[in-house]
This record gives sequence, structure tokens and C-alpha cells, in this order.
Amino acid sequence: MKSKILFFIAVLVVAGVTWGAMESVHPFGFPGETPMDTYFVEHAQKDRAANNVVTSIVFDYRGFDTLGEAAVLFTAVSSIALIFRKGGRS
Amino acid sequence: MRHMRPLSVIARVVCNAFAWFMVVFGSYVIIHGHLTPGGGFQGGAVVATALAFLVITHGGDFALPKLKKELFIGLEQAGLLIFICAGFAALGTTFFYNFLANSGGLFGASIPLGPNSGVLNSSGTIALMNMAVGFEVVGGLSLILYYMLHGILQNLGSEEMGKEETGHDR
Repeated sequence: MKSKILFFIAVLVVAGVTWGAMESVHPFGFPGETPMDTYFVEHAQKDRAANNVVTSIVFDYRGFDTLGEAAVLFTAVSSIALIFRKGGRS
Repeated sequence: MRHMRPLSVIARVVCNAFAWFMVVFGSYVIIHGHLTPGGGFQGGAVVATALAFLVITHGGDFALPKLKKELFIGLEQAGLLIFICAGFAALGTTFFYNFLANSGGLFGASIPLGPNSGVLNSSGTIALMNMAVGFEVVGGLSLILYYMLHGILQNLGSEEMGKEETGHDR
């Protein structure tokens, strides 16, 4: 019984804090200061000569991130080759 | 010795008719990665799905000799090497800098600003990296398919896995 009361109080506290945080979020469609977005929208087409701004971010501004994704795929292929190798069973 | 059986003749005819269209569509998604939605990962997955389509409809015993393991390994290695070399080639300024954009040569055409349908020979190393990642994903997913199919066929040949063929329609 005591643990149920504690659980109820905890739920109320978490709900109150979450509600307060949701109230202070800016309204939809009106973001606050976004200098990164503005920079990408204004400069990506002119500097990188690509119409697809998402691709220019993924493959150019964050090319190192894409290198990591390619390395993840390479690691997956290597581990599957390890699992399904010949003569693995004793 | 048990074998993976092929699907019915309807599925095989449809596969023969449409598998190459999947390869062409995947190549289109890879090559136009800097103009339209998609890119190397998505187009490579579409091309590798065509190979999975071939394996499922024609059965493993027909498809396994046609899958070339060395070709897939070469594609994967070439893709990763082109990607990393394109990153290191830009070390005059920074790692992964787009040194080919607006240079006038390969992939170096300038594009008009504002909304337009785009130029295929543009965007510098972005198009090059899209093709490199496309090669790598095609090779990698096909290699996963090859190794799993090889393991399944080995297992089917060495021991009885059950009386019924599962996953096939006859």
C-alpha cells in the first residue's frame, strides 16, 4: 500500500515536470534561433552545387558520419562471413 | 541430399521479366542521388534485392553458382577505398572537403540557384561518394546473401533438417 502511494506521487511529479517542459516549448512552425539551418539552406546549393541539400549534408558536411555508416556495413558483412564460414562445426 | 526447390513457374517468369528493371531502378537511384531523394544506401539495397529475388524464385541450387563471390568482394572493397580516398584527397583544405564542386571538370558543373531540375554532372565529390557507397552496399548485401545461402545449403546437405520444406509453395 505504501509503495502504491509512493508510485502515485512519483507519477504526479513526473507528469507535472513534463507538462511544464511542454508548456515552455516554442509553438510549431516558429523555431527559435537556428543559425545552422539557415546556413545550410542559404549556402548548400551555391557552395556544393547539389540541389539535394539533404544529400549534401549527409555526404559532404557530415561525410565522416557516412564513413562510419559504411564501416558499420563492412563490419556486419565481416561478422556474417565469420559466422557462416566453412568447417565451423566440430 | 536435400535441395532448396524453386517457386512455381508464375513466380519464375515474373522474376525473369522484372529482375533487370529492379537493377536499372537501383542504378538510377544511385546515380541521381544528388538530385532526387535516395542515394547510395537506398539504391544499393534495391539492386541487392534483385539478387535476393533471383535466389528466392529459382532456388538456391540454381542461383548459387551464378553468384560470384569474388565480384562482390571486389565491389565492396572498391567502394570503401574510393570513399576513403575521396576523403583523403581533399586534405589540402580539410578532411572530406568537396574539392570537385564548381571546378568545371568531372562532376564540376555549376547549377543555377533557386528551384530547378538540376544538372547530372554537378555536386563534386557528393556524386562520386554516392556511387562508391552504392558499390559498397551492393557488394556487402550480396555477400551477406551469398554467405547465408551457402551456409543453408551446406546444412541441408549434411543433415536432415526436417521432413517439410519450409517457405516454399510446393
